[in-house]
Amino acid sequence: MTALPQKTDKKLGLVIDLDTCVGCHGCVTSCKGWNTQNYGAPLSDKDAYGDPSGTFLNRVHSYEVQPDNGGAAQTIHFPKSCLHCEDAPCVTVCPTGASYKREEDGIVLVNENDCMGCGLCAWACPYGARELDQIAGVMKKCTLCVDRIYNENLPEEDRIPACVRTCPAGARHFGDLGDPNSDVSKLVAERGGMDLMPELGTKPVNKYLPPRPKDTLDCSQSLEPVATEATGFLGWLDKALEKL
Amino acid sequence: MHPAPSVIFFTVFSGIGFGLLAWLGLGMPSMNGLVAFVFYFIGYAFAVGGLLSSVFHLANKKNAIKSFSQWRTSWLSREGVLAVVTLLTVAPYAIGRIFLDTTWETLGLIGSVLCVLTVLSTSMIYTQLKTVPRWNSGFTPILFLLYMVTGGALFAGQVTAATYLLIALGILQVLAWRDGDTRTVNNPTDLGTATGLGHIGKVRQYEAPHTGENYLLKEMVYQVARKHVLKLRMISFITAFLLPILALMAFADNAHIGGVIAILMHLIGAVTSRWLFFAEARHAVATYYGK
Repeated sequence: MTALPQKTDKKLGLVIDLDTCVGCHGCVTSCKGWNTQNYGAPLSDKDAYGDPSGTFLNRVHSYEVQPDNGGAAQTIHFPKSCLHCEDAPCVTVCPTGASYKREEDGIVLVNENDCMGCGLCAWACPYGARELDQIAGVMKKCTLCVDRIYNENLPEEDRIPACVRTCPAGARHFGDLGDPNSDVSKLVAERGGMDLMPELGTKPVNKYLPPRPKDTLDCSQSLEPVATEATGFLGWLDKALEKL
Repeated sequence: MHPAPSVIFFTVFSGIGFGLLAWLGLGMPSMNGLVAFVFYFIGYAFAVGGLLSSVFHLANKKNAIKSFSQWRTSWLSREGVLAVVTLLTVAPYAIGRIFLDTTWETLGLIGSVLCVLTVLSTSMIYTQLKTVPRWNSGFTPILFLLYMVTGGALFAGQVTAATYLLIALGILQVLAWRDGDTRTVNNPTDLGTATGLGHIGKVRQYEAPHTGENYLLKEMVYQVARKHVLKLRMISFITAFLLPILALMAFADNAHIGGVIAILMHLIGAVTSRWLFFAEARHAVATYYGK
């Protein structure tokens, strides 16, 4: 049944630091790589050398924010993937039972053997986290690299999601957000981590750390003009031209 | 939202099919033998045809049978289960009327109630979505049910009932459009709140995550028709309500001609209205794309 569990033992998820992300799309590429070569149907591309489109589980928007106080504009890169919501609307709408939220760690997954590709879960998700693969015909979404994080064949440092492992800026963190003493929970508490679209009641597990305030440009420090009246030859030229 | 033709035809025609079956179940009109067969044939053709067309838009049709399993949580699953139960309940009643010249009234009534519940569950698939403020409204199930009963009344030849229902539906359709506009305008979510960056200042997307199209944009950020919305609403209002009412009144002494004109006009208007229902609907994910 696609009912949500009453509670999950853990709340595994990501913490994304909007202050640190440099918008390199490394997480997008490593995610596509890992999830094409491993669990489930590969993330397909169509018309790769013409008008390309494809399935991605993680996408990075880039925003510009112009502060109201006239300060310098900020550019903020905004990676977005499944937030593994506690009250995931994508799970309960599923008619076939393909979508489910795991009781042991809260990861939201799709069983591709049951999915009929109706796309209703993608409609129910406000974040655009689910994409119907146009070649496999099944719904694809972030698995939180469930085939990495418990995989004892991998060296211990690799048992984290591919996006977190690859991020060169250290802008992505993985852990149990249900445990208030975990590193990620402390980070969220310290930096004021926020939910996306909390008004929709999805209770996302993933948190976003807001960018720190930037310096403002102070124009009073600039140099005074050194010469207002032209002298010498230029002064003569100026006066001569004025008289014409 | 992308106005997929298969879903538009499914919702309009299966709705009218179930509407016709509901009227027939109440004995309106009451007839037997060959005439009953013709009526039931139309009702089943629309209801089943609509359901089949909804299967066409599935990307992985072989798992469609599994959609009967999650009726406890999913409106889409409930719709599938109810549609099959309804068609199986109406069938023996129809056989009684067509072949045995008997009318099992209680069975007919149960069938009619199930027809209403089936269309109600179709409407709830859209109503439940908080991501689409225009659909997340009490008007959605009311409109779906009224289109069902009105279309059914036209096909069942219930001229008086159809006239009053057309008037009621016309008024509710206008109210529903206005309600949808208000919900879209008053939506508290904008790019500032969606990204949580609004407290810094005005947020603008300067670069999208991808240079080309993708599934999200095609499916949920459909914007082609927005500029023609008012014209299309007028066309829909005139063809779905005004012309059918006039046709029914003008041909009061020849209900067949009036009925055929009214039905054809109403179908054009209903399909236009359903097309707008999808094309006008704005999904929350459009916010992240600054659209």
